[in-house]
Amino acid sequence: MGFDVIASIMTIVGLSTPILLAALGELVAEKSGVLNLGVEGMMLLGAIGGFAVAVMVGNPYVAVLGAAAAGAIGALLFGFFALTLNSNQVATGLALTIFGTGVSSLIGLRFTGRIVLPFGSPFPPALSKDPFWQVFFGYSPIVYFALIMVVAVAWFLNRTRGGLILRAVGENDLSAHSIGYSVVGVRYAAVAFGGAMAGIGGAYFSLVITPMWAERMTAGRGWIALALVVFAGWKAGRVLIGAYLFGFLVWLELFAKGNGFGIILPQLPLQNVPSQFWAAMPYLMTIVVLAIISARPSGGGNAPACLGKPFLPSN
Amino acid sequence: MTDTPARLALRGLTKRFPGVLANDNVSFEVKPGEIHALLGENGAGKSTLVKMIYGIMQPDAGEIYWNGQRVTVTNPKAARKLGIGMVFQHFSLFEALTVFENIALGLDAKVAQRDLEASIREVMNRYGLKLDPQRVVSDLSVGERQRIEIVRALLLNPTLLIMDEPTSVLTPQEVEQLFVVLRQLAREGCSILYISHKLHEIKALCETATILRGGRLVDTCDPRVETSRSMAEKMIGGNLKTIQKPVGRTFGVEKFVVNRLSMPGVGAFGISLKDITFNVKAGEIFGIAGVAGNGQNALLLALSGEEPVDDAAAISIDGAPIGDLNARRRRLKGLSSVPEERNGHAAVPDFSLSDNSVLTGRDRLRLAVSGLIRPTAAKKYTDEVISNFAVKATGNDAVAGSLSGGNLQKYIMGREILQKPTVLVVSQPTWGVDAGAAAAIHQAIVDLAATGSAIVVISQDLDELLSLCDTLAVINGGQLSRSMKVSEADIHEIGLLMGGIHGETEAGAAQHAA
Amino acid sequence: MRLKLEKRLQPSRLMVVVTPILSVLLTMLIGVVVFDALGVNGQRAVLDIFITPFLASYKWQDVATKAAPLIIIALGLSIGNRANVWNIGAEGQYVIGALCAAGVGMAAGGNGGVVIIVLMILAGMLGGAGWAAVPAVLRTRLSVNEILSSLMLTYVALQVLGYLVGGPWKDPNGRNFPATAPLAPDQMLPILIPGTTIHLGILVALILPFVFWAIMARSVFGFQVRVVGSAPHAARHGGFDSKQTIWLAMLIGGGMAGLAGALELTGALKKIDLGFPSGYGFTAIIVSFLGRLHPLGALIAGIMLAVTYVGGQLAKISVKIPDSTAGIFQAMMLFFILASDILVRYRIRLVRSPKATVPVVVPGE
Repeated sequence: MGFDVIASIMTIVGLSTPILLAALGELVAEKSGVLNLGVEGMMLLGAIGGFAVAVMVGNPYVAVLGAAAAGAIGALLFGFFALTLNSNQVATGLALTIFGTGVSSLIGLRFTGRIVLPFGSPFPPALSKDPFWQVFFGYSPIVYFALIMVVAVAWFLNRTRGGLILRAVGENDLSAHSIGYSVVGVRYAAVAFGGAMAGIGGAYFSLVITPMWAERMTAGRGWIALALVVFAGWKAGRVLIGAYLFGFLVWLELFAKGNGFGIILPQLPLQNVPSQFWAAMPYLMTIVVLAIISARPSGGGNAPACLGKPFLPSN
Repeated sequence: MTDTPARLALRGLTKRFPGVLANDNVSFEVKPGEIHALLGENGAGKSTLVKMIYGIMQPDAGEIYWNGQRVTVTNPKAARKLGIGMVFQHFSLFEALTVFENIALGLDAKVAQRDLEASIREVMNRYGLKLDPQRVVSDLSVGERQRIEIVRALLLNPTLLIMDEPTSVLTPQEVEQLFVVLRQLAREGCSILYISHKLHEIKALCETATILRGGRLVDTCDPRVETSRSMAEKMIGGNLKTIQKPVGRTFGVEKFVVNRLSMPGVGAFGISLKDITFNVKAGEIFGIAGVAGNGQNALLLALSGEEPVDDAAAISIDGAPIGDLNARRRRLKGLSSVPEERNGHAAVPDFSLSDNSVLTGRDRLRLAVSGLIRPTAAKKYTDEVISNFAVKATGNDAVAGSLSGGNLQKYIMGREILQKPTVLVVSQPTWGVDAGAAAAIHQAIVDLAATGSAIVVISQDLDELLSLCDTLAVINGGQLSRSMKVSEADIHEIGLLMGGIHGETEAGAAQHAA
Repeated sequence: MRLKLEKRLQPSRLMVVVTPILSVLLTMLIGVVVFDALGVNGQRAVLDIFITPFLASYKWQDVATKAAPLIIIALGLSIGNRANVWNIGAEGQYVIGALCAAGVGMAAGGNGGVVIIVLMILAGMLGGAGWAAVPAVLRTRLSVNEILSSLMLTYVALQVLGYLVGGPWKDPNGRNFPATAPLAPDQMLPILIPGTTIHLGILVALILPFVFWAIMARSVFGFQVRVVGSAPHAARHGGFDSKQTIWLAMLIGGGMAGLAGALELTGALKKIDLGFPSGYGFTAIIVSFLGRLHPLGALIAGIMLAVTYVGGQLAKISVKIPDSTAGIFQAMMLFFILASDILVRYRIRLVRSPKATVPVVVPGE
């Protein structure tokens, strides 16, 4: 048996997409100055939200909307504490993660064992099932949505007045406030967007990867999305690269477990490396990359200046 | 009279704050196309006056006339609508965004991007404000950043432009470039209200100068004709307390020697210190005068040890070099310091007074031994401070942030003075403090000196320094003038030095940020 | 009329103590409502989760066993949180600590005794501290955010665990099940109360909060941590080095987590399998906050959260709700304590809205 390049690529795309979505959402939130560590929780809320809607309504597009709404609700909960009550953003985000994990498990009980039709490719089978063309056309609409969103987010942030205001709020909230912009309002919107995107990312697990629900099925990908935003220097294009890099590294573990290294590069004794090494690789790489980025002269210097800081106008 | 009405006329403008009459019946006029200086020390009332003109505050009495019509300026937006633009001393810029984006954000109305870009380039070309709209603000020099603020103001086609201390961090070249722009604006009919304390600039640029002191208008004169001396005299005033020649005060050996202390500025607005040199003998009180923003904060951090320098010999106590030691080690060598900011720097607002005593006194007073705090000793010391300095507090467990400004300052000064330091460096000892507490603090400083300590007082209040100190120097642009005995000091010379005119041939402030 | 937040002159000491209690009560209240809405007997559920474990004496040992690691880890985390150092990787440090202890036990070849046990415990502490040293270095040298680096290392730690217990350290007599060989009886901590699972580690968890309390209240180090977290400029003025504070905070956090892991291994579990990471490292964050970052608070909050764990199991039987529900309550308590923080610094007042003064602009034309 040869090594199935097409299948591998498709797997990588699938592994990258949830991270990409969640990271894009968090990017927008962080650009407005808010650090929301609750990504994992919002993804799980989206996963169960989307799945529940899919079971009850049947339409996968509506299910995705449900997932987005579920994620956004989680985000707004976070926003209430962090933005209106000015509570510590780090701890509040963690609380959201723990809360989202628990709530999703609770709701998920009702849906364990149920299955839905996988949210597959919108293209005709001639393209989506073709042994070669499927590599372009064989994906769930969520995948294409994620790619479009990369462009959309970049365009919004850099080319629109709304994006400019959002970036201004994240850079210098006091100045933005004195000019007359609603800092809290902008941040709520940004955080809600982040939640919606994380929710859709989570739904990818429950609607596409394995079209069923399982507790904690996002397996820590929300945390990788957080690291990814830093890794990408808060730039949407680099988020895309980073997400696919991580997808590749995650896939590497599957590849190793399937004795892929016995087929590719058999000269190197890579198949003897324990699978856990590959499983750890994405996380190790994250640390390495974070270190490299921070060691550069500009440091992690692209972080929005107000990131994580509460908004305290003097009046 | 048939001449056109004044662009801006103020009649009897008055503004009161609790305990302070910031502006007292101020009246003057600015003609169309005139470059009009507003001159005065800190606390003279310049910024309050200007805030009223720009609509940030409302006057308690008096009227504002705009082109002959009575107006009430409700807020800055209204001011801009009238045609009043303002360039503040402290910019509100977004570091990570481009020049273009910063300007776009500051506009009141939504303007189409293409039109805006064209307008911006037009303004820039017309006034020679060279800036690349696509550059990111964090890469720009301070002079370039100011140009953004100026372009922002000019886009609104103002007929009165207020410049608030615009040259405090510019190089001489950038100052010249700014003057070119301002002169062109004036030629085109825009009036300029130029707030400054820098006499040579005002002489070079302005046609009229209104001098404020203590909230009152002292004079309106023509700086092109007036001498710097006379303007300085009016700025500082003859309201000085008579200087008491110190009776029977003898000074001992040199205790505290600062020799060519230099330190690079921190951050975009940081003033760098250059070759600061002075010495203080035992029993002597040495004052450092200067208008705010000329390096006083940096100097305090360098002297206190919070920003050690590489050259250990730059600062020494009793001959021993301490320049590279941190604050704690300097305390062990006998140096105490009191920074300007009470809450958050000199004291921890959430901690009790007793804990705050531990903050600086733990080593010298053995309030902590072998890594353990001795709460009884700390409380006892704090009680001593409270009673000796008449600090109004509920006790040694009162939280620092709950004390009034004057009382907290008394506590902080007492905390340091009762440690019997060999050298005490204090910045703004009576800022924001009521007269009674101020007097007590001054007395405490004099008493400490009498025991043989060397004291350095950095202050923006010249009266305070003249009544307190034996020797004086002036800091301007991060550089220190020569020291002079207060008893022999020439007030006019001090004023000139504060205004940036140096006796030596050294060029004026060449501190280029970062 | 509207609500106005008025800053208090000094932080309310009363509120500092009342707010955790308030948070727990609010959580219970909302729990009843939510469960009723879900068609479950709300009062019974909340009762079982929060109250019954206190009343059922046969459950006390379970509470104690679960509370011990939570308390110990939270003690370490509280120090860090006070100094604004965020160690999210306690779970990984906990696992590595246990692995180091197990490693020493294996190296001792099944021999035990006090010395060996002490060495195992020390190895656990060092292992946890070492694992936390990585984010510490990254933060002090390279300004890398310790939240992300410590968290990433947790996942790496889990993989290390998987590798060791599935590979070189797998129990040869364990029927191919990935787990370490059980510790020999004299490699285990003594049971303090015969017939129960209450081991020495629980006593350690009861005593350490007082030790930490003394250190935080009385030592210069405790003072340093508090100043750095409260007013960094004043800390510098007082001569404290922020980098050193970060190091110590991370190392203590890691050391405590490692200690908890080692005690859990030698006191309760005897062996390490893939189920060893039980989320204590994350729950301890909640314990730390609920205890208001205070050592004695960690003790009480640790017991409280252990109660919800045990109660969750009880409720699973009595009203058929899943384990994961405990997590929801724990998160709610955290939300409430974070929100109620505002009551410590601000007073809520009803004020009349001021009449808007309307000066009018009268422009020239």
